[in-house]
Amino acid sequence: MHPWIEKQRHLIDFTLAALARRKTRNAGLLVAYTLIVFVLASLMLFANALRTEAAYVLAASPEVILQRMVAGRHDLIPPGYIERIGRLRGVQKIEGRLWGYYYDPVVNANYTFMARPADEVADGRIMVGATLARERGLAPGNTISFRSYSGRLFTFDVAAVLSPDSELLSADLVLLSERDFRAFFEYPAGHWTDVALAVVNPLEVRNVAAKLAAALPDSRPILREEVLRTYESVFDWREGIVLTVLAGAILAFTILAWEKASGLSADERREIGILKAIGWETGDVIRMKLWEGLLVSLTAFLLGFVAAWVHVFHFGAAVFAPVLKGWAILYPRFTLVPAVDGLQVATLFFFTVVPYTAAVLVPIWRAATTDPDAVMRA
Amino acid sequence: MRPSTVVFALLGPLAAATVMVLALSGPSTAAHQPRLDANRALVARLGLTDLALFTEARYTRHPSQADLHSALQDHPGAFDHFPSGSLLPPPALVRRHASLDRKAASPD
Repeated sequence: MHPWIEKQRHLIDFTLAALARRKTRNAGLLVAYTLIVFVLASLMLFANALRTEAAYVLAASPEVILQRMVAGRHDLIPPGYIERIGRLRGVQKIEGRLWGYYYDPVVNANYTFMARPADEVADGRIMVGATLARERGLAPGNTISFRSYSGRLFTFDVAAVLSPDSELLSADLVLLSERDFRAFFEYPAGHWTDVALAVVNPLEVRNVAAKLAAALPDSRPILREEVLRTYESVFDWREGIVLTVLAGAILAFTILAWEKASGLSADERREIGILKAIGWETGDVIRMKLWEGLLVSLTAFLLGFVAAWVHVFHFGAAVFAPVLKGWAILYPRFTLVPAVDGLQVATLFFFTVVPYTAAVLVPIWRAATTDPDAVMRA
Repeated sequence: MRPSTVVFALLGPLAAATVMVLALSGPSTAAHQPRLDANRALVARLGLTDLALFTEARYTRHPSQADLHSALQDHPGAFDHFPSGSLLPPPALVRRHASLDRKAASPD
């Protein structure tokens, strides 16, 4: 074996023997360190997985949604409004949408009703999200009644249950025909909930929105990029909330680790004195301590990260899910995409391994450069 | 056995697992691709704009479509005042399906 490697191995052997002499203290530090990495890595992986999923699927949402505002609130699109938009360069399709909310007192949950063309959902039939179907015990072929806001009872046949794979998007969806939708909500004829515009060229989207805002001052265009940004900020905020709650614990650990790494006990001081007295060079003592810092922090990082990955992607992040996902009566079941951001992992590595390893250097350099006799007597 | 050998035998697999997690992130995400593509197609077909995570109010169900001037909704993603936006678990009262408003017998 190369003499340099052999020397490092001897140094590691010696370091490990020294660590083993203070077993309880070092094991405690390693456990606390691993837990901190585990918590941070779990948060990071979970939030990143949700962000990745939201960004990917919502990238297909309409380029522009046009709402009409009345007294600062979302209002129905009246007849003739879509015609007033007229022809806009770059707009491929303008489509009025019908959707709304229905509160179901049976399960105390809100559903999202959405009208679909007759060729998709026939009159008298509905398609429902898998979460809703589970909560109300529905299967294709069943019948369900909803009492409309006007007090009339409407009965629908369940034509299909949407794929459970899409629960994250369709948990509370009820798709019904346009005629049923208008009858159920007593929607005024010719009115729409909002308007979706398909814009071919992504560079044109802002121009289209500006033209819409100029032509229809009471409208509010919502761009796809705003939708994506909303979800980015929602999960960033949730991640931030958990980090804030954990800030105290992280700070406490930082103080503990700093204290451990930067302060030398009398035993350690004497040990260094003896090593120097028997002929160890200052460089060797520093290298030994560097190995100690690196072994502790690297072990904590690797253990914490791998445990976090298993926790998030195999156990559904059971520890943090309630905070990060939120809650609702109709809560979708979904699997997370095991997307790992290399840059985030590198950042976590840098902020967990490097500071600890560096923190051991200063006191050891001071002790190692002092006269062995003075060090041993101190 | 030398202590360094034991430590490397423990750290080696852990390091390999970490590298594997990073390296396989792409392929394992690819395994979810059909599901993601199907969901993206559903979003495109239905014109969906939001995730169905919190269904209790319109500005939590569709945060990106919320009114600019509704309570605490000055911008998309602003703080909401339902428990889904806080650290509180759902109150037991809600979980038990207690009477809120318009509590009625099941119409079906």
